[in-house]
Amino acid sequence: MSIWKKALATAAVATALMAQSAAAQDVKIAIVVKALGIGFFEAAAKGAEEAAAELGDVEIIYTGPTDTTAEGQIEVINSLIAQGVNAIAVSANDKDALVPTLQKAMERGITVISWDSGVAPEGRMMHLNPSSNALIGNTIIKLAADHLPEGGDVAILSASATATNQNIWIEEATKVLPNYPGINLVATVYGDDLADKSYREAQGLMATYPNLKAIIAPTTVGILAASQAVTDAGKIGEINVTGLGLPSEMAGAVASGATKSFAIWNPIDLGYAATMISYNLVKGNAKAEPGAEIGMGRMGAAKLDDGNEAAMSDPFTYDASNIEQFKSIF
Amino acid sequence: MTVLKSREALLALAILVSVGIIAMRFPAFVAPGNLANVFNDTAPLMLLAIGQMIVILTKCIDLSVAANLALTGMVAALMNGAGVPLPLILCAVIVLGGVLGAVNGVLVWKLGIPSIVVTLGTMTIYRGTIFIMTEGKWVNAHEMTEGFKALPRLVFLGLPVMSWIAIATILIFAVVLTRTALGRAFYAVGGNPHAAVYAGIDVGRTQFWAFVISGALAGFTGYLWVARYAVAYVDVAGGFELDVVAACVIGGIAIAGGAGSIWGAMLGAIFLGVIKNALPVVGISPFWQMAISGTAIILAVAFNAAQSRPKGRLILREAAQ
Repeated sequence: MSIWKKALATAAVATALMAQSAAAQDVKIAIVVKALGIGFFEAAAKGAEEAAAELGDVEIIYTGPTDTTAEGQIEVINSLIAQGVNAIAVSANDKDALVPTLQKAMERGITVISWDSGVAPEGRMMHLNPSSNALIGNTIIKLAADHLPEGGDVAILSASATATNQNIWIEEATKVLPNYPGINLVATVYGDDLADKSYREAQGLMATYPNLKAIIAPTTVGILAASQAVTDAGKIGEINVTGLGLPSEMAGAVASGATKSFAIWNPIDLGYAATMISYNLVKGNAKAEPGAEIGMGRMGAAKLDDGNEAAMSDPFTYDASNIEQFKSIF
Repeated sequence: MTVLKSREALLALAILVSVGIIAMRFPAFVAPGNLANVFNDTAPLMLLAIGQMIVILTKCIDLSVAANLALTGMVAALMNGAGVPLPLILCAVIVLGGVLGAVNGVLVWKLGIPSIVVTLGTMTIYRGTIFIMTEGKWVNAHEMTEGFKALPRLVFLGLPVMSWIAIATILIFAVVLTRTALGRAFYAVGGNPHAAVYAGIDVGRTQFWAFVISGALAGFTGYLWVARYAVAYVDVAGGFELDVVAACVIGGIAIAGGAGSIWGAMLGAIFLGVIKNALPVVGISPFWQMAISGTAIILAVAFNAAQSRPKGRLILREAAQ
């Protein structure tokens, strides 16, 4: 009897071990976003799935809090650590708040990168910017300036006052302002990525600055709310709303003329690239260190700078001429 | 003197004073057109505050109103996309909102679960349902028909339809709350549940109707909200339930139930609306907005507590209970 028991136990252990090694072959990559239910991130998740399909041995866990808070993300990341994922790629709601949790993840051997909205250097191995911050900052001002040959007052409607990426772009935009004579940045307000608050802030801008010629909203919720506020105020043609938006969401505003043009990078590519980089770091194909080049599949290679940051590609401008083509894609 | 003692009069005075202060910094704020804008912008908050007030009168609280609004708003947007005519959508959102409210009501009535727990749960469920229905996709302006978006914006006698809806709702419920048996039952149930039972009022059933009314109003507001901002997504009106409760508390609705008037709820909503609309134009940081609303809530509660404290000293212990 005891021999049978031993044999059975050995068989059971062997099966368990084999099952474990089979499961370990799949690289689990968690894509953590600012909040679920935002079109931009849903598109990024689609890109991550594309990368997974291409790589074959990858399981994508697309997750995030239901509202854009750092606390929500910390909870999500803690549960991912408990699940034992191989990599976490996060777009952060707060630059510093996530650092301790992400450090804990790295101590457990999890590959941690940030993308889109970055984490402080000590909380991640590398950061993938959708585009270079300087290019985005310049683009959002240029979008407004292109339609204001004689110059005029412009204002920025951002997301929350603590959003890392928006703040950097606004900083870069302010730097290049002297290159656009006549363009006068009169205010920066925050709509917290809430449709009603952004709408109200846009109304406030129009009331406070009667000579306002353009509202620049480097956020998808803000640009949409501002276009609606301008439309409702009957100021189409007088005030141009521009910034960063998604073609599928902006099609109406471009058709009505509230928005003449706007820019965005392809979120599908971004999710794809973040997944490819995570995979290569997990597999040890590359190391995250200054000067390193990490493969991003069809997107080429990401070259890390001194701060372990890399840029994916240039932002692309959409207007009435090409929106029809892209509005069904993302 | 009695006028000055009335809570509503004091609150109206506070609103006038704050409007005055704002006007000193930004004179255009008191232009009639702008004040009408502020009133219109506050209409959704007023509608929800009326429902919330009725629920609070019965010693309950409804935290699911904003989620209910978001869910019915999304359903309205999807129905519009499917080509359903507008009158039918309006009926559907009111019914759906009422049903969502009835879910809260039944759980509170039949299972006796505290309303804060029930509505905390349904709040999450309703938001989750939007996500499941849409997989996180947005319904955008160009996917809505012009008629669907135009209704709340139509101007009638100088005010948009949305404002008229709020005014009509306030008048209707002012009559319901003071002149009907159900309206008086809301006060009776919250004021003294035991006495209400002896008076032949079914406490649970009354609370159930309070939730249905609150839900139906939230459902209707859901359509107005989505049509006005021309976008529907999971996070629509995120955190708005707290504004609604705040409007009621500032308006002097006793959180322990049984006391408060619809005018108080309306003024509480207007007070918050004035602050929300004024801060962007006077250039005050958004963080102050939270601090100012917070201070207003605490002042209102402190004032209510001071007013309802029994005069004199309690001698008999039983009398305190």
